[in-house]
Parts: sequence; structure tokens; C-alpha cells
Amino acid sequence: MSDLVSLSATALRAAVLQGEVSVREIVEAHLSRIAALDPRLHAYLGVDEAGARQRADALDAARRRREPAGPLFGVPVALKDNLCVRGWETTCGSRILEGFRPPYDATAVARLREAGAVFLGRTNLDEFAMGSSTENSAFGPTRNPWDLSRAPGGSSGGSAAAVAARLAAIALGSDTGGSIRQPAALCGVVGVKPTYGRVSRYGLVAFGSSLDQIGPLARTVEDAAVALSVLAGSDPHDSTSVADPVPDYAEALARGVEGLRFGLAREYLPPDLDPEVRGALERCVARLRAEGASVEEISLPHTPHAIPTYYLVATSEASSNLARYDGVKYGPREGGDRDLRTMYAATRGRGFGPEVKRRIFLGTFALSSGYVEAYYGRALRVRSLLRRDFDEAFRGVDLVLGPTSPFPAFRLGEKVDDPFQMYLCDVFTVTANLVGLPAVSVPAGFTSDRHAAPGLPIGLQVIGPPLAEAGCLRAAAAIERTCGVRGRAPALAPAG
Amino acid sequence: MVEREATIGLETHVQLKTRTKLFCGCAYAFGAPPNTLVCPVCAGLPGALPVLNRAAFETAVRAALALRCEIPPETKFDRKNYFYPDLPKGYQISQFDAPLSRNGSLALADGTVVRIRRAHLEEDAGKAIHDRGERTLVDFNRCGVPLLEIVTEPDLHAAADAVAYLVLLRRTMRYAGISECDMEKGSLRCDVNVSLAPRGDPPGTRVEVKNLNSFRMIGRAIEHEIARQGEVLDRGGRVEQETRLWRDGQGATAPMRSKEEAHDYRYFPEPDLPPFHAPARWVEELRASLPELPGERRARFERAYGLPSETAETLTAERGLADYFEALAQACGDPKAAANWTAGEVSRELNERGIAIEAFPLPAPNLARLLALVPARVSVGAARTIFRELVGSPGADPAALAASMGLEQVSDPAAIEAACREAIAGAPKAVEEFRAGKGKALDSLMGKVMGATKGRANPGLVRETLRRLLGSPT
Repeated sequence: MSDLVSLSATALRAAVLQGEVSVREIVEAHLSRIAALDPRLHAYLGVDEAGARQRADALDAARRRREPAGPLFGVPVALKDNLCVRGWETTCGSRILEGFRPPYDATAVARLREAGAVFLGRTNLDEFAMGSSTENSAFGPTRNPWDLSRAPGGSSGGSAAAVAARLAAIALGSDTGGSIRQPAALCGVVGVKPTYGRVSRYGLVAFGSSLDQIGPLARTVEDAAVALSVLAGSDPHDSTSVADPVPDYAEALARGVEGLRFGLAREYLPPDLDPEVRGALERCVARLRAEGASVEEISLPHTPHAIPTYYLVATSEASSNLARYDGVKYGPREGGDRDLRTMYAATRGRGFGPEVKRRIFLGTFALSSGYVEAYYGRALRVRSLLRRDFDEAFRGVDLVLGPTSPFPAFRLGEKVDDPFQMYLCDVFTVTANLVGLPAVSVPAGFTSDRHAAPGLPIGLQVIGPPLAEAGCLRAAAAIERTCGVRGRAPALAPAG
Repeated sequence: MVEREATIGLETHVQLKTRTKLFCGCAYAFGAPPNTLVCPVCAGLPGALPVLNRAAFETAVRAALALRCEIPPETKFDRKNYFYPDLPKGYQISQFDAPLSRNGSLALADGTVVRIRRAHLEEDAGKAIHDRGERTLVDFNRCGVPLLEIVTEPDLHAAADAVAYLVLLRRTMRYAGISECDMEKGSLRCDVNVSLAPRGDPPGTRVEVKNLNSFRMIGRAIEHEIARQGEVLDRGGRVEQETRLWRDGQGATAPMRSKEEAHDYRYFPEPDLPPFHAPARWVEELRASLPELPGERRARFERAYGLPSETAETLTAERGLADYFEALAQACGDPKAAANWTAGEVSRELNERGIAIEAFPLPAPNLARLLALVPARVSVGAARTIFRELVGSPGADPAALAASMGLEQVSDPAAIEAACREAIAGAPKAVEEFRAGKGKALDSLMGKVMGATKGRANPGLVRETLRRLLGSPT
């Protein structure tokens, strides 16, 4: 088998089941590519070579015993480093969790394991998933495989870069305000943010608990659909998980978009939208129409309030979620020989990076007595208005289509010193989290030679009503098919 | 001098007797080795999520119903944020503005009605241990244990009333099987709020007192706090709104933190737990499952059995004791005797053995068989002796025991007359005194007869026989 690293997850599994290749060979191919390329990309924070080999051999042995093979049998998977994996270090890209090894598996991780996946390692992220460029990682940024001087997006930048660079077939990310979809768009891969509650959050280190969802990143819509079928489902460990039955998401993909009604939100087409992103969207609209779908303009009038609302809700919850990192139980403890206040201040002062501190301050303020009504309380009210926008929209259309990110990949360092500019990366993605809707980002072209930065991936986003993952994926598959970007890979030479 | 009135409100935490903790499957046992009863959820590990223990919710609603609270159809949890090493998540999951119950009451024996403002469910914190050398140690075992916080309206005005409320609260919780309410084991904890103002004025500045580990301490602390605030006001000073700690050794409260230092808990809805519903039918089923509660039972005992209020109070102190009394009263048909025996001999035996009524070996029906022998066949004194024997062999027949112990009452007139003659012959001085009009001398003669018969002689018959032999008209 040549070029094992470029095969999709479904193709890899089929090759293993047909005896064309062993899981061990697949894993070795990925490990050697990681060894060759990741020193420059820094998609991974840790690679579990021994564990992956051991697991590969165990799966090969199971295969020889003709044991049933799960839907991800032999598929090499990377995990964002905010997911608990028993025995691995889980750092969340933060100094404050260095050395923390969870004694349990996240439910999503356990389900992948059950489905036959091989875990290669843990991927880089903005500290505690707070950021849109992966530059907020305490362990250094990840680079975009399409242009090493650019950011992969974030916070699941390591996962998106790993999948794009063929350092894993599938990766898990988490999406609180766009953290799966935006890096998927910037790295030219598929990223799925499921309906809130569709995938258990148990074992995902919390950032904004009412917004967080785990989802897959993959190079094909089909792979993402297969992975989502494995991940989704109710979990007794997560009271917010949804009990509805899980469909076979891959099954519906071939059905096409004939008769589907798409809404194009006026508010998602601002004048300053990158012209090539606009162009990709327009081409996509034309092709969807050609496929028999209808596309009409709609309005989501409260969209301008989404970013401030998001940054109040997410930071409020984060200020509480991150209170547990106090140096008492795990992670580095500073000033432990002094009084309690000193220990807290020193541990948290040194353990957290500037963006995390900024958000803790913001959230603490938004919840504090005398301000909670004006900030957090008002944010909750706007949140319900945003929900109403979508309820209204879905009366007339099946799905909402728009850009995932206002611009393609930006340069490392370009926005990192201007938090507000960085926050605007999420302008089209946060609403799906605030409303709890499923959304898929799918590659839909590249910047042209006329663009200041040619050859960068452009992603489009399909947002659906609650639990309409199947519809979103079906639309994404049509975009994937008609916009013809499948198979194009970043040109990466091994480290010199 | 202006007459002042104290206003007292209580916040009581009752640990629910559930098999597992509030949000995880861990068991809890007081005194278990530190940090052995923890899991990722109650230790607040990154990524772990709470899942409500339905049994704890049900127990909490039953407790609230026992306190005559209203149960709103929907309730939710909130996060109470503060830093302390024994709080592993940095917040406590509690209930803020939608508690599972409101507007209850508890009626004390003297008719005072204490209104319950609310009762809500929350998780306990762990324990920080400061007395093992220089370091502070933390035991997370208690983290996540379900607590019901019961908040009264400021309806109490004296330390004794506060203690009476707590006694009845504990009794009610034990009756309904909600909690052991053992302060020594921390399954009942109480903070008090005390304020002082001229009678008729609105309540004065509220002072919270913590670190109260027994009902005795609570009573003393309230009395002390009333006196302290009185002195401050007498001096023309102003009572500070603050939290104070009771120092039992000094018998005084000391400042802990001022209003300015008070925490801003930054409450917000717990996003990890959806709201919970308490359907009316389910609530009614729970209400129907409650046993008769101590207040009602005390009133019924007074009414139905004609018991004095004090006896009824003693008998209803524990559900098991009250049950025993009722079984005994029914079996022997004499509620007064049943009450005296249950409150007297049975309780004494329990105290001596250090056991609960549930562990008492003698079934009420067999004790009733002993009581049936009194006074015709055995004296009250003999019955007490037989009772102690019977407790040791609870299956024995009381009548047979009386016979084998030689304690059956002697009522044979000839035998009694012989004993009386012997006593008269042996005590000429007493006889002389009696004849001289000293009625008391008869008692000494009676004592001699009873002594000679080892207490078995029928006392009425002895007295009658002595008077006859001594020629007294009555």
C-alpha cells in the first residue's frame, strides 16, 4: 500500500479488513510522518508511539481472531489535549495542568476506543481552548500546513493541522465558539460542531459548559459522519446529553441536496468579508442551485450582538470552571510554603497565560454582585433572542449557509496582541454555540492567485436546526462534491 | 431603660441519609480513612460532570414536605463560587433563586410556629485539617455528600426557643428517615443569626454566629450574643454586621469576618445540570409516604391516651420509642402503665445498655404479659426485678419467671397474719408508738413484714392485717 497517510478513515478500515494492510503498518506510516513533519508544524503536544504500536498489534491480533471490527477499526486518531485519556497527560495547553494524568477516559474517547480507533497523540490548542489561532498555547503555536507562516486557527488548531497534514486520519476537537469549525476552515478540512448535548462532554475539560461540544475533524465529510455516529449518543455521566436515537450519518450523504432550502443570512455577508470568501460562497450557491436546492436570503437580526453575548456567557462560565486550578490537588503548586492567598495567587499567576487571565477577569466581573444583571443576565436574554432568530429562520429554510470565517488563515502574530481582532474570527461561529445548533464547516475552495495569500483553504459553514446533523452533513457532502477540493493536499517537505 | 427584643433565625444543614453522594456514585461513611471515598466527580477532576442522585432529590423533597413546605414544580441548581482548599471545584453546587421548597413551618410544643423560609439541596465540601503539624491536610471524602439547608424566618426570640426548634427539627428529620442529625458526626450543623432591637422596632443589625457544635453551644452562644449586643447598644455603640465564631472555651463569640470581607459568591445557574421537575402527583405520593411526625404524634398521645404533656414529649422523642409505647399500650390495654414503663424502665435499660429502641430485645407483647401480672400477682417492685431478668431472656414467660424467682405476691391471709404477728411481737416499741397515735409507726412494722417476706407480701393486705391486729379502727 502506498501513501497510507492520504487514505480516508473509511478507506483505511476497508484496506485492513480486506487484509491489504495491517493496522501496525498504518500506525508506522503515520508515526514516521509525524516524526518527519511535526517538528515544524507542532500539531502534537505529545505522541504516544509505544501505546499506538501496542494498540495496533492488539487490533491486528483481534483481526486474526476474526473478532468483529468497529466502524473506526485501525483508524489513527489524534485527540485535542483537553480530552481526558486514562494515563495520558492532559494539559489543555496550560502550564497549570502540567503533569496532570486523568484516571479516566472521556466518554468520547472511550467510544472511539470501542470503535477500534488507534490514538496517536494529543494535539495542541489555545490554552483551555481560549483562542482562535492556537498561539495561546503555553507550549508554542501550531503552524498552518498550507503556509507555515500562518496560524491554523483555533482553538483546535493542532487537530486541524494534524488532519490536514496527514498526521492523523481523524482528530477530535472541541468547539465552544467555533474552535472546531474555524481551524477546519483555515486548514481545509471538515469540522463538525454537533447539537449541544449530542456528544457527551464527560471528560472534556470544561471551558464554557453551556457551549462546549466535542466533534470530529476529518478530510472527508464521510469520515466525519462515521466518526460522529460513533461519538454521538446519550451518556449517563452527562446530564445535558440528549437521549434521541443516533442515525447513521454516513448513510444519508449520497442523497444530495435536491429540494433542500438553504438560507443565506444577510448578516453573514458583511461588506468587509474577504472577497474570495464571498466568491467561494457565491460559487457554492450556484452549484447548490444547480443540484436542485433553493437558496434564499434570510435575516438573523440579532447577529451583531452575538460576539459580546458569547464573550459574557463563555467567560462567566470559564471563570467558575477554571477556579479548580488552585495548586491543591494537581498541577504545579507555587508558594505552597506560604499562606493560602499567596499560594493561590502564585499558582494561578504563574500557571495561566494572559488570555486565560483576561477571560477569568472578564467572567468574574460579569458575574459579580451589582453587575450580574447588567452583564450575565442581559447576555442570557440576548441568547434567547438569538435562538428566536433561528427558530424564525428555520420556519422558511432547512439549513443556513454562510462563511465559517471572515478571512482565510492569517499570519502568526498578526492578531495575537489585539484580543478584539482575534475575537472577531468567531463572528459567524459563536451563534451556533449560543443557540446549541449543529454546524459543519466544509472546504469549498482556495484563495486564487489574485489574493494576497494564494492557495489558502476557504471553508463554508452549514448550520441546522437542533439534531439536524444528518442534514448539515448531507449538504456538506454536496459542497464537497461540487466545489471539488477533495484530494488537494498541502505541500510539506520533511524538516531539513 | 428601653426593653429590647432579640430576633433569631437559624440556618441548619442536615446531611441526607442516602446510599450515595449527591452527584456521583460514591458512598460516604463518617470516619473512613481520608480520601478513600472519592471519584473524579466528587474530587472535581477536570472534565468530570455532576449527575443528580434521584434518591437524594426525593429525600430532600420528603424532608421539605415534613416541614410543611411548598414544592414548586420546577427547581434548578446554581454554582456558589469561592476559593477554599476543601472545595475541589472552586464552587459549590447549591440552589440560589429556585430552591426545591419554600414557605414551610414547624410548630413547637408550646404553640410557637417557626416559619421555614426555604429548604434547598446542596453538596457538602471536604474537610481541611489544620492540626496535624505545619501543613494543612485536606480530606475530600465528605465532598458531594447531600445536604439540605433549612432556613427559618427570624421568628425566634430566645435561646431556649431556638434549641426547642432544633430538637423538634432533629426529631422530625429522624422520624421521616431523612437524616441521623448527629451533630458530633456533622450530620446536623447550625449557624445562627441574632439581632437586637427595642421591642416593637424592626430587627436590628444581624450578626451571624458559626462554629456551633452542640445544642448546648447554640443556646450559650445565642445568650452570649444577646448580652454582647445589649452591652454594645447600652454603651451607645452600633452593632456591626459581621460573622462571628463561637469560642466555647471562652464562652464568647469573636469576630471572623466583617460585611466588607463577605464573599461575593457570584451565583449563576449550574450549566451542567438541567432544571428538575417535581410533578404534583409525585409530590403527593411522597407526602403520603411520610410517617406521622413528632409534633402531631405528641398531640395525639395527649389527646388519645390522656398522657401529661411531658410524658407525651418524652415518648415521642424517638419514633421507635413511640412505636414501642403504642404497641405496649395496645397489648396491655393500660396506656398510663405503658407510658410509665416505656418512659421509665425501658428507657433506663436502653440508657444503661447504650442501645437504641430498635435494638431492644424485649418485644412489647411480652412486656405486656408482665404488666398484666401487676398488681394482683406481683408487686410493682417485683415486676421491675422480673423485667430486668426478662430483658436477658426475652422469650421467657413472665408468670413462670415470677414463680421461679420466688417473686409472686403472697396474698394468703393466714401467711400474712403469721408474718404480721411475728413483726408485732418483735417490735414492742413501734406498737407502743402506734397505739399512742403515731401513725408513722405502722410504716416501720410494714417494712419488717415486707422484709421478712422478701417484698412478696401484698402490701394492701399487710397494712389491713396490721391495723386489725393492733386494734385500730381504720
